[in-house]
Amino acid sequence: MSTIEIKNLSKSFGKNQALSDVTLTLKENCIYGLLGRNGAGKSTLMNIINNRIFADSGEILIDGIPSRDNDKALGKLHMMGEQLLYAPSLKVSEMFKAAACFYPEYDMEYAMKLSEEYKLNTKAKLQKLSTGYRSIAKIINALACNADVVFFDEPVLGLDANHRDMFYRQAIEKYNSRPATFVISTHLIEEAAGLIERAVVIKDGRLLLDEDTEAIRSMGYSVSGKASLVDEFAKGREVMSEDTLGGLKTAYIKGDRFSENIPDELEVQPLSLQSLFIHLTNS
Amino acid sequence: MHFNPDGEKPIYVQMAEWIEENILSGAFPEEAQIPSTTDISAQYKINPATALKGMNILVDKGIIYKKRGLGMFVSEGAAEKLRSERKQEFFEKFVKSLMSEAEKLGITKNEVIDMIERGGDK
Repeated sequence: MSTIEIKNLSKSFGKNQALSDVTLTLKENCIYGLLGRNGAGKSTLMNIINNRIFADSGEILIDGIPSRDNDKALGKLHMMGEQLLYAPSLKVSEMFKAAACFYPEYDMEYAMKLSEEYKLNTKAKLQKLSTGYRSIAKIINALACNADVVFFDEPVLGLDANHRDMFYRQAIEKYNSRPATFVISTHLIEEAAGLIERAVVIKDGRLLLDEDTEAIRSMGYSVSGKASLVDEFAKGREVMSEDTLGGLKTAYIKGDRFSENIPDELEVQPLSLQSLFIHLTNS
Repeated sequence: MHFNPDGEKPIYVQMAEWIEENILSGAFPEEAQIPSTTDISAQYKINPATALKGMNILVDKGIIYKKRGLGMFVSEGAAEKLRSERKQEFFEKFVKSLMSEAEKLGITKNEVIDMIERGGDK
């Protein structure tokens, strides 16, 4: 169990401001969805938390202790990122063994069992693996390390539908048997929506939203029907966007649909996490 | 079975209703153990905290109860309780919407009664 406090974090690469004043607390034993468009700053944020790159300003506290160059605090964290941190000539099984040196609770038996389930050849060299299997090897490593906080940066990249399904299930099984905080960054929001307890949305390096997915359901809704009726209803309400089709219209509106008196002639739908995300991050 | 995160009802409500359906159909008999939160969350890939919330709705209603160290069990009389609850909902959920749809289509009350009788003979 670990809590991570991120305080006023900023980072720029040359002229590009990757993160601006991000303050966020990742609570213990919670499954987070870290969402943002390409280049929003998701990987930068995770890389800084994991001490892989350094912030220009701000600080990270792991259970109250500043994390920078603090091996003991960082040992509670694991990150499955885009980069391969191991020598490409290592075999999969050698990568597991190397990781087991860092993480005292590493479960080698579990890693081998999962490898079998995924049909991952543990004798193969990392450089010989396909994109999908390289993701799988990193996923297994991340799940087996039994760290308090595990970051998954695009875990399902290159995975087929069956393997993605396996990953979601195994993440939940692992969470059930050994509760931890999982931070999952993904573009496949719809697929992961059921898994996520809390969503963190980043836009242009700034924190846009940090909210329970249950609460997000009451943040927006859509109404559709005859254009004139939709327009009448939408008047005075905060409309995020509109779609028109012939004489029909759909308006995406901010707010809780249950606190509104919506005419029977209009069809009302809750906004999914994915559509809310699209509306929030469209610029 | 699939729980839809974008559905009209939140996932935990969908899950509670799914268990209720299974109790009503007899798939989960009274005094029998039902699948655990852990099993349901992994099988249907829903967040364990959400699954627990769904379970707790049913515990609060007295539909299921916890046997310490063993798991969740269907309460005695649960199916009957659900049946009478659903009967009350039946009017609100089906009859009212039936009549308002009939009105929209210009179907008279007598015509609706006639249709119900025809449907009931099936």
